[in-house]
Amino acid sequence: MNLHAQTTRTAAEAALIDSFAARISDLPGDAETTVHRDDALELLKAGLPTRRVEAWHYTDLRRLLSTVPAYRFESSAAQVAPLIDRAELLPVLNGAANTQRGGISGVAVSRLADRLIEGDLTSKLGVADPYDTVAAINAAFVSDGYCLEIEDGAQIDRPVEFQNVHAGGQVHSRFAVKAGAGSKATIVERQTGSEEALVSSVSHLDVAEGAEVLWIVLQEQPDTVSHLAQFTATLGKDAKLTLFIMNAGGKLVRQEVRVTADGEGSSFRLRGVNLLAGETHCDVTMVLDHLAPDTFSTETIRNIVTGKAEGVFQGQIRVARDAQKTDAKMACNTLLLSDEGSFSAKPELEIFADDVACGHGATVTEIEADHLFYLMARGIDEKTARGLLVKAFLAEVIEELEDEAVIEALEKKLDAWFVEHG
Amino acid sequence: MLEIKNLHARIAEDGTEIIRGLNLSVKAGEVAAIMGPNGSGKSTLSYILAGREDYEVTEGDILFNGQSILEMDPAERAATGIFLAFQYPMEIPGVATMEFLKTAINAQRKARGEEELKIPDLLKRVRSAADELEMDMNMLKRPLNVGFSGGEKKRAEILQMKLLEPKLCMLDETDSGLDIDALKIVADGVNALRSPDRAVVVITHYQRLLDYIVPDTVHVLYRGQIIKSGSKDLALDLEKNGYAGVIGEAA
Repeated sequence: MNLHAQTTRTAAEAALIDSFAARISDLPGDAETTVHRDDALELLKAGLPTRRVEAWHYTDLRRLLSTVPAYRFESSAAQVAPLIDRAELLPVLNGAANTQRGGISGVAVSRLADRLIEGDLTSKLGVADPYDTVAAINAAFVSDGYCLEIEDGAQIDRPVEFQNVHAGGQVHSRFAVKAGAGSKATIVERQTGSEEALVSSVSHLDVAEGAEVLWIVLQEQPDTVSHLAQFTATLGKDAKLTLFIMNAGGKLVRQEVRVTADGEGSSFRLRGVNLLAGETHCDVTMVLDHLAPDTFSTETIRNIVTGKAEGVFQGQIRVARDAQKTDAKMACNTLLLSDEGSFSAKPELEIFADDVACGHGATVTEIEADHLFYLMARGIDEKTARGLLVKAFLAEVIEELEDEAVIEALEKKLDAWFVEHG
Repeated sequence: MLEIKNLHARIAEDGTEIIRGLNLSVKAGEVAAIMGPNGSGKSTLSYILAGREDYEVTEGDILFNGQSILEMDPAERAATGIFLAFQYPMEIPGVATMEFLKTAINAQRKARGEEELKIPDLLKRVRSAADELEMDMNMLKRPLNVGFSGGEKKRAEILQMKLLEPKLCMLDETDSGLDIDALKIVADGVNALRSPDRAVVVITHYQRLLDYIVPDTVHVLYRGQIIKSGSKDLALDLEKNGYAGVIGEAA
């Protein structure tokens, strides 16, 4: 039964359905995978979510996803320079993973397409609810990606970098990582390309007992790309996850984060830097479940808004009845540098335990006049002083990452963005 | 060097007049102390000289080496050689202290048509200035003034002053928050900058600092005007007898 009062399909909705018919016979997967793909399509046929759906209130996908380009298999995408010099690269170019690559010590690497054919990923292809549209688009169309299994106790020194690079058209990729007990790793997820495109990307991470992962998402799409991404993670006992997201491009960006702290003593840090310029619409939506006692989380999102850009942060923290002693702090701070830009922040706390410390705060400000005066009083001209302060506002979040090489690489990205948009 | 003529100024936001016909002249090589009770307009005067936008000059003029500075923004004033050591230096998270020093020094050098300082030269200068002020170089790895104690912030201000080599040094309540040892170190730092082509204006509530930075002239500021000027003995007299007598005389 169709619950939507569906009128006519938008061009994008029609294009998605047509794409499926054209692609399904070439998409990898066993019979069960195909069933999941069909189910996902049914969800899409019901229509893209509008602002009437709470989770999509600030990002009316039906209106904002105006076009879905056709696949462009003839164009070729090339891998890009790694964020951090020593990284092990795992590129997905125009939706196809690399078949020829060296091994990574302590990590079993496989192609996602192979795993779909073998049928051992079908449990991950489901959707959480009728509005889990990003997961649905990806489940319907996913063509390739990588699966990583990090051995118990392995300390992976060199960062592993996924690159999801397109040259226009459509790309639907997926990355799955299991970090074994007591292991330690840094994962970089690059999202970039050229030309007009629809990109969907889903990442799954399991952090086992006592493991520690730093996961960096760096989204640098051109301003002709609709980028729909989802990151999900589960945290085992005493597991530690830091997720750092930098959005520095895209026309329409939805980055969802769904983390479940189901291991006692586990901790999660979300740090986000959204650099919004031009007419971009960028939405970071997080749902964090504290299910186990003594779990800890902090979320800090810093945004700068220039031009006519629109930004959104929705952060929902749910603390289950058993998750006593949960400590969660969420903050979203925005520097609004133009009169035409906007930022909407919606923090939500749902607390069912009675012994917790949870807090949230959101601010939208301009550059502090006192700080500007201080810098100018030392002879720094106004434009330079403003630039220093804007960068400082963002660098504060980056500098929490501790790893010097990571901090330096991300600050370089920040500088490059300012050169282009400053 | 500094010539303030019949200056009137008010708070831009609400129009409250703070400076009401102030006249002051400070020559090159001179150390002038400005004293006065709380609320007399001392800090306001220093902010107006530095070019803070919160204040509006409604009448009069400020000449620096014969040129009016009223139309200059704070950065231009700094580049001409005016420096204010703040009473409450701002903490600016995310701006690395060394990066800030480099940017400020080179901005001023550029404005004066001088070549930019290379990093090794810069480091050498910073190290030697920090040594003289007995500051730990590790402090300078932190973001600007963040987590500095009150005394450390004041030293950091003097460090900046030494590095920027201004022509007019204004010190706003630099003694507050300093213990006696730190006060001596800071005063030595200021005294080392005394030179025939540089003027120093020390704004202070108490005479204490003036034992270490001995002024050539002392001016009493009250209700936005200089009501009495004299030699360093005037400061001692104020310390002993308070401001009441001087205010009474002027009334």
